[in-house]
Parts: sequence; C-alpha cells; structure tokens
Amino acid sequence: MINWFKFASPASFYPLAGKLWPWFAALATAFCAAGLWISFFVAPTDFQQGEGYRIIFIHVPASWMSMFIYCVMAFWAVIGITFNTRLSGMMCAALAPTGALFAFLSLWTGALWGKPMWGTWWVWDARLTSELILFFLYLGYIALTSAIDDPRRADKAGAIVALVGVVNVPIIYFSVKWWNTLHQGASVSLTKAPSMATTMLWGMLLMALAFWMYSIAMSLYRVRAIILEREHHAGWVAELPEMQR
Amino acid sequence: MKAFVAIVRRDLLLAARRKSEVLTALFFFMIVVSLFPLGIGPETAMLRRIAPGVLWVAALLAAMLSLNRLFATDHQDGTLEQMALSPTPLAVLVSGKVLAHWLTSGLPLVLLAPVLGLQFDLSARALGVLMISLLLGTPILSLIGAIGAALTLGVRGGGVLLSLLVLPLYIPALIFGAGAVEADVAGLGAGGHLSLLGALLALGVFFAPWAATAALRIALD
Repeated sequence: MINWFKFASPASFYPLAGKLWPWFAALATAFCAAGLWISFFVAPTDFQQGEGYRIIFIHVPASWMSMFIYCVMAFWAVIGITFNTRLSGMMCAALAPTGALFAFLSLWTGALWGKPMWGTWWVWDARLTSELILFFLYLGYIALTSAIDDPRRADKAGAIVALVGVVNVPIIYFSVKWWNTLHQGASVSLTKAPSMATTMLWGMLLMALAFWMYSIAMSLYRVRAIILEREHHAGWVAELPEMQR
Repeated sequence: MKAFVAIVRRDLLLAARRKSEVLTALFFFMIVVSLFPLGIGPETAMLRRIAPGVLWVAALLAAMLSLNRLFATDHQDGTLEQMALSPTPLAVLVSGKVLAHWLTSGLPLVLLAPVLGLQFDLSARALGVLMISLLLGTPILSLIGAIGAALTLGVRGGGVLLSLLVLPLYIPALIFGAGAVEADVAGLGAGGHLSLLGALLALGVFFAPWAATAALRIALD
C-alpha cells in the first residue's frame, strides 16, 4: 500500500516528480513518433476528405485532453479543499497552461480542418462554441490565480473557479447544443463500434496516448518549478544538489 | 430569516442613498440598447429579429457593471468581516446581499425592457415573454456574479478579471433567455426555454450563495 499522504508534501513529491517526468517525456516522444508515422504513412487516404483528414490525428486527441485536463483540475481542486493540501493547488496551477494549450490547439486545428471540409474557418456550432468557452474558462483560471499575490489564496480561489466551471461545462455544452449544431457526432465511442478504419483508430489512439504522456510530463516538470518558486525559503530546497551550484 | 430581511433592507437603503450608482447601470442599459439600431440601421424586420439578443446582451453588461460594488464597499470598511463573524451563517447574509443586488440592478432592467423593446417593434406578446425571461434570468446573473465578485475581492485589476470569469458562465442564461423570445416569435412556444431558465435559477439559488461564501472566506483569510 502506497502512503499517498507522504507524497502530498512538496518536499517528498519534488524528487518523485523529478524521477518520473523524464520517463513520461520519453514515452510521449515514442508514442508521438509511432502515432505520427501511422497517421502520415500507414493510414490510407480518406476517399471523401482526401489527405486533409489527417488533421484529426492531432485535433481529436487535443480536444479530448483539453476536456480531460479540466476534469483533473477539478479533481485536484476537490482534494485541495477537502484535505487542505498545498500540492493540489500547485498541480492545478501546473495543469492549467497545458489545458489551455490543448484547447487552443483543438480550436486551431479544427479551423484548419473546417476550411477545406465545411468551407469555413468557423461556425457557431455546439462543439466549437463550448470548446471556445472552455478555452475562456482556462484563461479565467490563469488570470485569476496570477492576479492574486498570495499563492495559498490564489490556489483556493482557483479551486473554486475550477469547480464552478466544471459544474457549468455540461450546462454550457447542452445549452449550445440545443441552440445550434453542425459538427458531426462522435466518431469514437465506448458503446458502439467506431465508424472509421482500424489503422486510423490506431493512429488516433497512439496520438492520444502521446498527448497523455506529454501532459503528465509537462505538468510534473512545471509543478517542480512551482514547488521551487514557492518553497525557496524552506531548508530542504537549499540542500538540493541542483541548488548547490 | 430576521438577519436576511435586515441585510436586504440595509442594502436597499444604501442603494437609495446612492441613487447615482443604480441609475448609471440603468442608463448604460438604455444607451447600449439604443446604439444597435443606430449602428445596424432602422429596418424594422431586422430590428425585430435582433431585439431579444441585443436586450439580453445589454442586460448582461449592465449587470456586470454593478457587480464590482456587491462586496467591495463592505470589504473596505470591515463590515464584511463582522458579517463573517456573526452567528448567522454567512451564506444567508450573502443570499440577502444578492437579493438586494437583484432588486436594485436586475428588477429595473426587467421593468425597463418592454419600453426599449418597443423601439425594436416587438409585439406585445413578445414583450411579455421577454419580461418573463428577464424576470427568471436576471437573478441568475446576480447569483453567478456574486461568485465572481467574491473571488475578485481585493484583487488587482478586479473589474476586467470579473468579466473574464463571469461572462463565460452567463452563456446558458443568455442562450435560453434570448432563445425564449425568439422561439415565441417563431411560433414554437417559449415554454421549454423558460423551464430551462427556471431550472438554472433553482440550481443557482441553491449553489451560488454557497460558492460565493467559500470565496469570501478565502478573501477574508
């Protein structure tokens, strides 16, 4: 049984994150290389959409990650509020830029895909609109936490924003869905057989795994920087070998 | 309950003593709404189409204007700390402040909206639906806004930050509120949209004071 609370302390989590992040970064590179190879060289050209459809290998995993990272932030927010741990706030702060990046990437690649396929860069469709709002929520979180000087207060305020947002995301999604829709239904779902070729599915899943590993590696790397920044007055930081130089 | 009534009465009295703040938001609402026909052109068919959206967006912006002061003055003179220390749960007091905010900023918009709607040539029936949708919707704006106001209390650049935090969360209210009038004009019936707006209001009444209280406790730490 792992003692989870031991790693809730920044002092013991810092070396653990330092050991873990290179592995996740290496996995991310490997999965990304394999995924890109499949998506560019192995996956067949789509007979309707031509070569342009290959954008989905980036677009779909990025959209998944942007939504999932927000849920992870909400999870850390709950942990932070219930157990009052410092590390959970730092994890939230470390995840937010990666989440915003994926939300932006998803909007950007979606626009690039939409131009040849739908003939327009942007439509006011349910999924596009809710992804845009998700991007705004990430920006709101980052803006609020960076405007508050006291890091503990910033973490707590950010936790409330993350939780209010996570309650609102499904509401926003359904409201814009009933308002207007053009985006096709999900191509991949857990309940029915996927409506795409197996190689394409493999490419997409590998890219999704690569993005997962990238997010984990980046957030661990970033949380180390945040720990150093906030705990610079602590004794254990001064004893770190990388601080001796 | 007694404390709730007392705080509503106190905030209304304060607003009555400083009428200009309330009136500024109202005039802002009127001006924003009147700018649209000037910018777009006075074609009646077009105005009738955009009226619900314009009135609703203007209502969102006007509600935003007055949110800053919801807790700020009480925070400055220390009243908020006394409220947090009082034996009455802070959530009750926050609900009272939100109700008072709605009475001074939301309700006047609801009463003014039909007059402005006439400028856009809306039918009497559509005006009625617009009033009902604003009546259900503006309390949601005050409730969600209270969370944002509590979070940005005493924060650098609070005003701009508040809009960045709160406006994305206002979107469902905007869609269903403006959608109700549009659906009614299109002959589809506004019932569905109004029910959803009511559901949002019920959720907001239950959760928002609680979240705003948690945010206030952080600000007062």
